[in-house]
Order: sequence, then structure tokens, then C-alpha cells
Amino acid sequence: MPALPTAPLSRKDPRLFQIASLSRKDPRLFQIASLAVLLLYGMTALSFDVSPLRVLLVVSTALAAQLACTRTFRLPVFDPWSALISALSLCLLLRTGSPAIATAAAVIAISSKFLLRWNGKHLFNPTNIALAAILAATSRAWVSPGQWGNAAFFAFFIACAGRFVVQRAARGDVTLAFLGTYLLLVFGRSAALHEPLTIPLHRLESGALLLFAFFMISDPKTTPDSRTGRILFGSFVAVGAAYVQFRLFRPNGAIWSLALVSLLVPLLDLLWPAPGSSRVVRFRLKGDFHAPLLRLRPHALSLRSGSLPARSRLLRLLRGQGGREAL
Amino acid sequence: MARADAKLYNRSSQVALVREGNRTVLTMGSDFQGDPKEFAVVIPVPTPIEKEQIHIGDPKLLVRLDAYSSPRLVEYHDPDPCGHRDEVQKMSANGAMARQPASVKEKDKSLGVTIEASYTVGEYDILILSAKDSGGLAKWLQANGYRIPAGAAEVLDSYVRQNMRFFVAKVNLREKAKLGFSTLRPIQVAYESPKFMLPIRLGMVNANGPQELFVYTLTRKGRVEATNYRTIRLPSDMDVPLFVKDRFADFYRALFSRQVRREGGTSVFTEYAWDMAWCDPCAAEPLTPAELRGIGVFWLPEAGAAASGGSEVFLTRLHVRYDAAHFPEDLAFQETADRQNFQARYVMHHPYAGAISCDAADYRDSVRTRRENEAKNVIALTGWSPDEVRRSMGVTAAELDTRRWYERIWN
Repeated sequence: MPALPTAPLSRKDPRLFQIASLSRKDPRLFQIASLAVLLLYGMTALSFDVSPLRVLLVVSTALAAQLACTRTFRLPVFDPWSALISALSLCLLLRTGSPAIATAAAVIAISSKFLLRWNGKHLFNPTNIALAAILAATSRAWVSPGQWGNAAFFAFFIACAGRFVVQRAARGDVTLAFLGTYLLLVFGRSAALHEPLTIPLHRLESGALLLFAFFMISDPKTTPDSRTGRILFGSFVAVGAAYVQFRLFRPNGAIWSLALVSLLVPLLDLLWPAPGSSRVVRFRLKGDFHAPLLRLRPHALSLRSGSLPARSRLLRLLRGQGGREAL
Repeated sequence: MARADAKLYNRSSQVALVREGNRTVLTMGSDFQGDPKEFAVVIPVPTPIEKEQIHIGDPKLLVRLDAYSSPRLVEYHDPDPCGHRDEVQKMSANGAMARQPASVKEKDKSLGVTIEASYTVGEYDILILSAKDSGGLAKWLQANGYRIPAGAAEVLDSYVRQNMRFFVAKVNLREKAKLGFSTLRPIQVAYESPKFMLPIRLGMVNANGPQELFVYTLTRKGRVEATNYRTIRLPSDMDVPLFVKDRFADFYRALFSRQVRREGGTSVFTEYAWDMAWCDPCAAEPLTPAELRGIGVFWLPEAGAAASGGSEVFLTRLHVRYDAAHFPEDLAFQETADRQNFQARYVMHHPYAGAISCDAADYRDSVRTRRENEAKNVIALTGWSPDEVRRSMGVTAAELDTRRWYERIWN
């Protein structure tokens, strides 16, 4: 499925790299497909302000940045898939009249994965940090939270829920904790203000909220290791989002909140380490099981007792996730 | 809200919002037609309001904003196809479909409500009320002769709980007589609050069917859009038949209704988004710096300092048709960085009217094709029946028939 690198490199060439393949079970496949469909739907039926040229620009910048980082950090495998997800998410969310800003966003998103790391994981969800950085740094970009409409919301909701059920994503706890807390806060506030039920319901019928809850916050590479940590993390993000929306009266509460709460992940991991592992082992495992795989294939856990180093390296190579622990 | 037995529906309102940072200047137009005694408004505002924050504006300002930004019909005259150049371009703007808010009532007594301030500004008596007790305000208003429609108490309640103040204005007949204005002038309020929103829920309580709202926002950076509803541009730049000129208001109403239906009644429509410094074509001249200051654009230099055109002001005209079923929440807005100009603009082409001295077969063909397109456009935009459009265009059925020759053989 993936395209081969254009010029075949000699086996001894230090720049040699492979392109990570995307297995049919990889949740990223679903993510890429649904983001692409959403983007197409948005560009046609919902008249989003994104031109095909802009999509091309953002996607190719993200892939180029991923390639550049892969080489700079001497990773053996070029993994275009996560970069593609970040690029599509950026196209869905970021609005700007300036191609330079769109390009910068894609570069920030990808490079943040390589530069802002802690304990073998990257600290921020790439799309989220790119949005937060761009919104903070320039007044020439914005996010349009209201552009989804009802029809899109319900179709999207069903797709998200479907994915959730089918894949039983291990990091679904973050999504559930976030949505649960946010729901509680929105309904609670409306109840306290004696607002009719239609108001909180309307607030929750937001495509942007779903995109955030199912695609951004659940990013396994940036959430805490333990379930307790993840549930707290999701709830904190929800509280922050509600605070920005209902106390500061600013848009994009969830985006700001996630960027800030992500800084707490190291602390949450320290307080609640990954279940059943000492610190040292945990660190190694993290590097080894670099994310989405775990939630896909629970049986991969059996590796712990098996020939861990050899098989995991192979897996890493196959999955394009190798070598990052060297960073 | 209407008083006693006066049958007043505030079905259409016109509001200007000037906004930069947390500073907002709100201008509420009034097209109130009845007895001024009957007029009153109750507006939730996010902060206490002092007398200096209230101003009674020139009614012409909203008229000017409306005229400058309304959907427009542009006329082009084809040149002589045989080469004698006498190109004419004329523009006629129409629309001005906006009208205004209104209404409540009056009297005085008291019932657990704090009158934070009471001012007479221009022809209005203005009260700033706050209430701690939820039902208190509704009771107070009722006790003071404001007839509160059934659902209003609940809506007021939720504003009270958000610690909002209530701006209550009614007409001071003596002042009005003294000032000698025949119509009610718009009330302007300047306040500082992070909330960039427009309370519409009170207005829906006694509404008889959906209401029209025109919001003009004047900002520094770019276009304004709703954050809790979809905001979309109207179809624009389409060729329409000549007969639309005489029926432009009908045409636009039909077009707008159709768009509202297509969007399920839940969207906010952008009719105009433009840098205030210019226009092309101009439905009316851009507002002068003095007029802009009048509407509340506080970042422009003081009068006399400079007359460098109205730059640094971006105007967005939003048109909302709302009712409680489709717009449960108050409108919340955000300023975007989008400075792309947009106008709802429809184009008429007059075929060359002079004597055509050459064969000009291509030209005749192109006019024919164009007329077919115009008919299709107007049918698609308004939902008018093809027969009606055809009749109005004064064309034969054959002329409108767009089937190809072979499609016509056996039909």
C-alpha cells in the first residue's frame, strides 16, 4: 500500500529508511479514512473555507517535515501515517488566509513530536499544540467551531461511536472521562441557571467537540500511562474547556485546555505509573510499545514475558515506531 | 414584548455591534410603529451601565449601514456586438430589507428588584435593574405594568442567575415632544465584557413565528461569525433575468427563505463582509469616519484628527431568521482573521438594444444561452415555478427549452 521511496538507496547508505506500512487493524487507518471523509464533506456540503490547494500544502508540508525529522533523528522507518492524521486534522480545524501560517502549523505539529518529548513519549498532541501555538502567536488564524451543522454532527457521532465500540480503544477511557465530565459541567451549569434542556443539548451537538473527543484527546502517545491518570487527565481537560467557555467566554476552550493539561502528564505518570511495572521497566516498555498498537492488539502484551527485545524491535520496524527511545 | 392589548410583534430587528478586545458598543435600531407610550425594551446586559455609557444615536446611521451593505443587483449593458463601443455599467442597489426590535411597557412600584440606576437620556427613560431573586424581576416588571408573556419569566430567570443586568427603556413623552423627533432613535450602549454575544431568547418569547435579525458587526481584524451556529455565505454573483429588477425585494426574500430551508433553519447567513474603506460596486457610499464614530467605532481618531477614510473597520452583515425551535441559545460570536470581501450580489445583463448592423450570430447565441442560464439560476435560487419565470421573462417555452435536439425528437 505505501509508496516506495523514489530512488533506491544502497543498503549501506546511512540514510536508508523504510516506509511504515499500515495494517488493516491499525486504528489509524480508520482515523485517516474518517478524517478524509469529513474533510471532503466539509469542503463540499458544508462549504468550509479550505481549498484543495491548501489541503495539498498542509499534507505535503507535514509529510516533508516527518521525513526531515526521520532523517535528522536517524529513525530507520519513515512513518507517514501519523503525520497524515495531523495534517488532515489541521485542515479540518485551522482557518487562515495565509499559506505561510498553514505551513508553519504543519511544521510545528510534526516537529513537536520529535522535539517536545518526555520519558519516551511526546508531550503534546501534534495538532493540538500546532493550533494552540498558532492561535497564541498570530491574530491571522482562527478555528470555526460552529461550522458543522446538525446533519454532520449526527453522522459523525455515529461514526465515532461505531469506532469506539468496534475497537474498544484502550485509551477510550480518556474520551469517556472527558465527555462525561464535560457533559456533567454543561448540564450542571444549565440546571443551575434554570436554562431549558435545549440549550445544553445544543451546546453538545458540536462536530468540533466530537473531533476533539474522539480524535485529539484520545491520542495514546500523549495521554498518561495509567487508567487513573488518564481519567484524571480527561476530566481536567473538560474542566479547563468549560472554564474557558463559561468563565472566560472565549472560543476553543478544549484546545487551550488540552495544551495546558498535557503539561501535567509527566506528573500524572509519576504519581500513577503504568500498571504492573516498576519505573525502569515501564520506561522501556513505553519506548517499545510506541502507542497505537497496544490498543489494537492486546495480545501484544504477551511480549512482556516472551522474547521481548528481539520481537519488539521487529515490530517497531514494521510499525514505523522504532528508534524513538534513542531521542 | 408588547404591552397590554397592543398587538406588537417584534419580528424584525437591526443591531450594530462594534467590538474590539472586550469593548463593545451595541446599537439597537427601532422601527417601532405604534404609540410611543406603548414602546419599551428589556435587554439583558453583562455589566452595570452608567449614564455616560448610554447614548441615543442618529437613526440615519443604521439606515446608512443597511444601505451600504444590503444585497445588491448589478446591471450591465452589453456593448454593440458589431464593435461600436458604448459600454455602460449601471448599478442599482435594492434591499434595505432590515427593520428593527422593540417593545415592552411601563409603570412603577417595587418588588425585590434593585434599581441600580435610572437615567433620562434623549427621549428615553432608562432603568438598570439587577435582581437576586429569580422570579423577582418578572414580578417587578408585571407590577410595574410591563406585561410579561408566559415564557418570559423563565428566560429572565436564567439571565438573573448569570448575574446579568437588565436595561429597561421606555419613551419619555415630554422629552420626546421637546426634542421633536417623530421616530424613536436607536439606543446605544457601550460596555466592557468578554461576552461577545447577542441575547435573542427574550425576543422569541412573544414572537409569532420566526423573526428576522440583522446584525452589523464592525471590527478591526476581520469577519465575524457565530461560534454556536453555522455561519455561511449566501449564494452570490449569479446572473439573473432582467425582470428581477422590478421584483428584487421579492426575489431576495424568496432566495433567503429557500436558503434558510436548505440549512434546516439553523444557520446564520453572511450577506456582506467588507473592508469599510471601499466597496465595489457600492450600494451606497461607505460610511464616513464621522458616521463610523457615531455608530461607536471607538478606535478611529477623534473627529477632525484625520479623515483618512474608514479603513481599519471591517463590516460584517449577518442575517438570521430565528425561532425558539431552531435557535435555542443566544447568539455567540467571534471575530476571525478573515478579510476576504464578500457581498450578496446578483447580476443583470441587458442585451444590446441598438440596431445590430452585422450578422452577430455568436452574440445572439450567447444571449440565448445566457438567458437560459439566468432562468435556471432564478428558479434554483428562489424556487419560483419555471412557468412563472418564463412568463416574467417574456420568453416562449421553446426559447427556454434547454434539451438538446435529440432529446426533443420523441418528446
